[in-house]
Amino acid sequence: MAHSVRRDAPELPDFSLLKRLARDQLIYLLEQLPGKKDLFIEADLMSPLDRIANVTTLKEHEVDKLYKVEHKSIVSTSDQLCFLIRPRIQTVKWICDVVNADKAVGKFRRYKVIFCPQKFYACETLLEEQGIIGDVTTDEWSFYLLPLDDDIISLELPEFFRDNFLEGDQRWVRTAGSALHLLHSLYGPFSKVYGIGRCSKMAYESWREQVKEGEQRVRQADIGNVFLIDRDVDLVTPLCSQVVYEGLVDDIFRIKCGCVEFGPDVTSSDKSMKVMLNSQDKVFNEIRNEHFSQVFGFLSQKARNLQTAYDKRSGMDIKQMKTFVSEELKGLKKEHRLLSLHIGASESMMKKKTKQDFQEMLKTEHSLLEGFEIRECISFIEEHINRQASMVESMRLLCLLSLTENGLLPKDYRSLKAQYLQSYGVDHLLTFSNLKQLGLLVEQQPGETLTVMESRVGKLVNDKTAGKLTDAFSSLAKKSNFRALSRRLNLVPKSDEEYDLRVPRDMAYIFSGAYIPLSCKLIEQVLERDGWTGLEEVTRMINGHEFAVTGSNGSDPRGRSDAQRIILVMFLGGCTYSEISALRFLGKEKGYKFVVVTTAITNSARVLESMLDNHA
Amino acid sequence: MAFITANWNPLGDAFYRKIELYDMGWSLRDGLKDCMVAAAPYGGPIALLRQSQRPSPSARPQLEIYSSSGVSMASFPWKSGPVRQLGWTVCDDLLAIQEDGTVLIYDLFGTFKRHFSMGNEVVQNQVLEAKVFHSPYGTGVAIVTGASRFTLAMNIDDLKLRRLPEVPGLQGAPSCWAVLTQDRQTKVLLANGADLYILDNTSCTPVTPPGLSPQACSIINMAVSFSYKYLALFTDSGHLWMGSTNLKDKLSEVETKVRSAPKQMVWSRRPKSQQPSVVLMWDRLLLVAGVCKETIQYTLDEECVCVAELDGVRIVGASRHEMLQEVPSACEDIFKIASMAPGALLLEAHKEYEAASFGKCFLSNFPPEPFVSMCRDLRVLNSVRDYSVGIPLTHTQYKQMTVQVLIDRLVYRKLYPLAIEICRYLKTPEYQGVSRVLKHWACCKVQQKEEPDESIARAVSVKLGEAAGISYSEIAARAYECGRTELAIKLLEFEPRSGEQVPLLLKMKRSQLGLSKAIESGDTDLVYTVVTYLKNEMNRGDFFMTLRNQPVALSLYRQFCKHQEQETLKDLFNQDDDHHELGNFYVRASYKESKLEARLSLLQSAVDEYNKAKNEFAAKATEEEMKLLRFQRRLDEEKGEALLGLSLHDTLHALLSANYHKQAEQLYRDFRVPDKRYWWLKLTALAEKEDWDELEKFAKSKKSPIGYLPFVEVCVKRHNKYEAKKYVSKVTPEQKVKAHLAIGDLEGAAEAAIERRSEGEISTVLARCSPTTDRALLERLNRARSTAAKK
Repeated sequence: MAHSVRRDAPELPDFSLLKRLARDQLIYLLEQLPGKKDLFIEADLMSPLDRIANVTTLKEHEVDKLYKVEHKSIVSTSDQLCFLIRPRIQTVKWICDVVNADKAVGKFRRYKVIFCPQKFYACETLLEEQGIIGDVTTDEWSFYLLPLDDDIISLELPEFFRDNFLEGDQRWVRTAGSALHLLHSLYGPFSKVYGIGRCSKMAYESWREQVKEGEQRVRQADIGNVFLIDRDVDLVTPLCSQVVYEGLVDDIFRIKCGCVEFGPDVTSSDKSMKVMLNSQDKVFNEIRNEHFSQVFGFLSQKARNLQTAYDKRSGMDIKQMKTFVSEELKGLKKEHRLLSLHIGASESMMKKKTKQDFQEMLKTEHSLLEGFEIRECISFIEEHINRQASMVESMRLLCLLSLTENGLLPKDYRSLKAQYLQSYGVDHLLTFSNLKQLGLLVEQQPGETLTVMESRVGKLVNDKTAGKLTDAFSSLAKKSNFRALSRRLNLVPKSDEEYDLRVPRDMAYIFSGAYIPLSCKLIEQVLERDGWTGLEEVTRMINGHEFAVTGSNGSDPRGRSDAQRIILVMFLGGCTYSEISALRFLGKEKGYKFVVVTTAITNSARVLESMLDNHA
Repeated sequence: MAFITANWNPLGDAFYRKIELYDMGWSLRDGLKDCMVAAAPYGGPIALLRQSQRPSPSARPQLEIYSSSGVSMASFPWKSGPVRQLGWTVCDDLLAIQEDGTVLIYDLFGTFKRHFSMGNEVVQNQVLEAKVFHSPYGTGVAIVTGASRFTLAMNIDDLKLRRLPEVPGLQGAPSCWAVLTQDRQTKVLLANGADLYILDNTSCTPVTPPGLSPQACSIINMAVSFSYKYLALFTDSGHLWMGSTNLKDKLSEVETKVRSAPKQMVWSRRPKSQQPSVVLMWDRLLLVAGVCKETIQYTLDEECVCVAELDGVRIVGASRHEMLQEVPSACEDIFKIASMAPGALLLEAHKEYEAASFGKCFLSNFPPEPFVSMCRDLRVLNSVRDYSVGIPLTHTQYKQMTVQVLIDRLVYRKLYPLAIEICRYLKTPEYQGVSRVLKHWACCKVQQKEEPDESIARAVSVKLGEAAGISYSEIAARAYECGRTELAIKLLEFEPRSGEQVPLLLKMKRSQLGLSKAIESGDTDLVYTVVTYLKNEMNRGDFFMTLRNQPVALSLYRQFCKHQEQETLKDLFNQDDDHHELGNFYVRASYKESKLEARLSLLQSAVDEYNKAKNEFAAKATEEEMKLLRFQRRLDEEKGEALLGLSLHDTLHALLSANYHKQAEQLYRDFRVPDKRYWWLKLTALAEKEDWDELEKFAKSKKSPIGYLPFVEVCVKRHNKYEAKKYVSKVTPEQKVKAHLAIGDLEGAAEAAIERRSEGEISTVLARCSPTTDRALLERLNRARSTAAKK
């Protein structure tokens, strides 16, 4: 990319330390149950575990057989069972069933339950209620953070979003606080912490509390600044179609734990193939942040270069050939393989995405973001629903419409909802109920009802909790205020100018120049202003909870200036690859390096699927 | 100064000295006669159990506790049973082992703490002898009963009694015995006449000390060193055997020429000892027998007790408290006559210039840290050795016990100001130092019954202020233990971490307050703890009422119920009259139900609830769903289709695909399906079946609400350009270009675009042109585009 890049971006700290810590602790825990044992692993912990310790390592510590937790009766013959699970009620219930079944047939085994990353009281209560608390030993594997790449760290907790923002269950907040604490103790001390959102505030407080309890070590900071942001501060961005390569791959093929499975149509063979997508992949690293329209050109240039490199052979004598084969050929071959894979992926995406309806969908999205030709957009959505095109896509467009327009007119709301139910089934009544609760899809209405309820409930509790209560309710009443925010922060560039995607001029390039993600814009603004001053109106519209704190030991003038330009951004509730690309762009422009910590990588489909109630 | 060596006695190559620690502050009329005495090591407290002067059955002995300097700390008449042995724990608690095997524990100030028993068997057989011992596991108790059986308790804080195997041939108590810790195992070494046995968990093994002189008929006393490494045996022939406890090596044997059993026998050795020795005490004689076979004799003018220390022996008498030890090498270096050691030179310098630290200048390469830290240590030692404190620690002992423990000891003695001063002086981190002392002080303060709650709470908060790492909840817990609930609640108010308040609040049955605090803490897990607690404590109605006022707790409980107790969830919604959620609840339930009738009845319940919630939309949608389900069932029964559970859209599609047009029409009318949708559905279904005639008829049936472009597109999708062409003419002008392009008619598209003079559309057509396209057409297009652009 040929834009003005600041060359002095600082080096990122080494996050592989996190993996080593996690592995060492896991080994320690496994050794607490000496002897051969079978290990049952929660399905969604399999991939993260794989990044930490491979099967050989597990076998070295006397793990005999590995099973995925499937909530069925088990077939293991081992007399020691070890369960590595998330602290979920259903899973613990299943373990109780396993143990009780063994008891019923008089089989004696030793059981160990390892909760990752922490245990919850509810789980232990369940063990107690089921009468097996004496039969099992429990432990915690404080594996909070999985580095997915040099600059992406994930908590791998996709349920965070639903639990926290929909169910009002805040138990993961402390987990987020502990993760922050871990990062602080390894890479801190942080000199500045900014944040916005209720959950961010709570996570920040939880972290501070843990700092107070623990011992302080004085060390040189690797990371200077931290920005915490709640996903519900900006719900528009994750609902937009992604058009940057990495995001698009995620939307279409679903990247899981930094790894994607390309089907036969991509690999142009009869097998599918699992590929790690990170900065180690040279080809991918160069295109991941590019707008999709640029990728093909880039790849063909790359192919030509590769050919030239191969062609060098023709004029070589034997000796040169020997060095070529031993030194270059392997690298070229690898690059060749990767290149053909990404070309395959691009082709497959091209097929899907250059189709008429995708273009029209993008056009609709852009109109919604701009607030332009809303009637046409509604008709488009209606047609989309009527033709029973994808259930999730329809919902995505509905939500975008509601978010950008501050809710739907009652007439539209009812008619679209009715049509939606006709197309996809009445059980989606529950989905709509959830969407409404979260504020993703609401009906415009005169706002009194909520304030009445608020004051009624408010009277019942004492003052201190009333504050929190109002918060809880205000999240119900939350208006997106998207239009006003967009104007204030210039999120939508003027559409009369041509946007050259080859030379992006701002973060809007990640959405074809149509929209600068609100989340990233906030980060940019706060870093520029060194706080929230001048953004009062913005934060009021977002519903506040913003904060900016200077750390106690942050005023150290000797603090490495490099560290001050490394900024850790923590998304509570998930972030998209597009946002990461936007931050990388911002970093290059301003000489920052961003480290993204997220509860999980998300995208529109994941956000909306988590709202479904009737399936699964 | 010159006389400092006056009381030094040579023993082999080394010197021994006896120095006075204190002139005892107590006044004991009869000295230590008829007293049971227990003195704790490391300059610890001394307990006396004095027999009453008048030997009447009603007379009670007096238990007295003193500091090492003889300052009284407690005194009270002993009202419990006969005591066999007194001893001190590592935490400065007094153990009184009674004849019946009960062990009573008192603190330094004579306050009863708790008791435990050494086993039921003891009650009958009685304790003959008992010993208190210290090991890495803590303080232990060993007893031998009237049945000649030994019982051990390794750690009185984690009581596990171990009855040791029987000793063959033992009647009554052994002639002497000792407890020793070896290889992480605690054993008993005992002598029965001339026989020596080692008694461990599983067996009783006879042993012979190597080279014990054969004249002996009986071993009558034994002593194990402070470190459990060395053993001394005294025989009735007056021989003192010294060796290692594992009985493999003999160090020496000394003939004392005294044949009566010594009253007490203890090792005196220090780390890196030159000349270890055993100190034996008879009525009037104190004998120091060195390994070198030399001895020193002291005459005693009063009844005394020996206390073994890490680096010597303390001798406590009624008037004096003395320390007998091998002269430490540092002292020897300084004070030995004509010594030229640096220390000695320094001392000279001090004498000349009255400032010892001047001398440092003459020492090259001397790092200042040891000097500074040694000066600090000395100051600390001097302050605790002070008569009023009475902890006569040597420097070696101090280093061994650590500052931490010393602070603890001061805290046990309630010497809070001194403890705090030492912490500050040594710059101990607040956590381990000042804060810890303050916490102890506060815990002690809350037990002062006479002071009102208000003033105690205020005093505590003022003193503790902002000290780091203070846990108010611990202090409150202590107040609660003393029955001062109100005070505890007041103290909890000071606890900054609301999470810490909760467990105690629950314990005090202040569960409502606990719930609020838990919610305030933001720790969901804690909230959950309280909720579970409340659930078990309260009746259901009250419980729900409580939750109702706490939305966070309520939502949490709902989450739990969703997974665990569906019925409770319903009750919750019922109580709140939350008809909307009840409706949702029934809808959710209906999808888990496989039987249609049950499903319908659940949906009916949902409809009722939605109606109550005035949610007409949801009610109507649910009613329609019921209608649809019935319709589907009827059709499934009549026609054998598998429609049940499909959405309206899918049902229609299935009907149209299967040629049930009449039924589809009926659904379309009954459910007021929008025309657009119906047209789309029918269009797609007919195209899928490639029923082109029917499609044409349908297109002509009336004006299409979705236009005719879709007709073109579905045909193209099925690769039927011929059919597609039929509809191109019907397409609206705006969509003409698209329609022509769809069937690949470039010329037609060009015509349409040029006619519409739309620059965008002309460009679209141009983009589709290839090198093979007719030149004329291209030119026309380009021309038209430039004209359109000009406008």
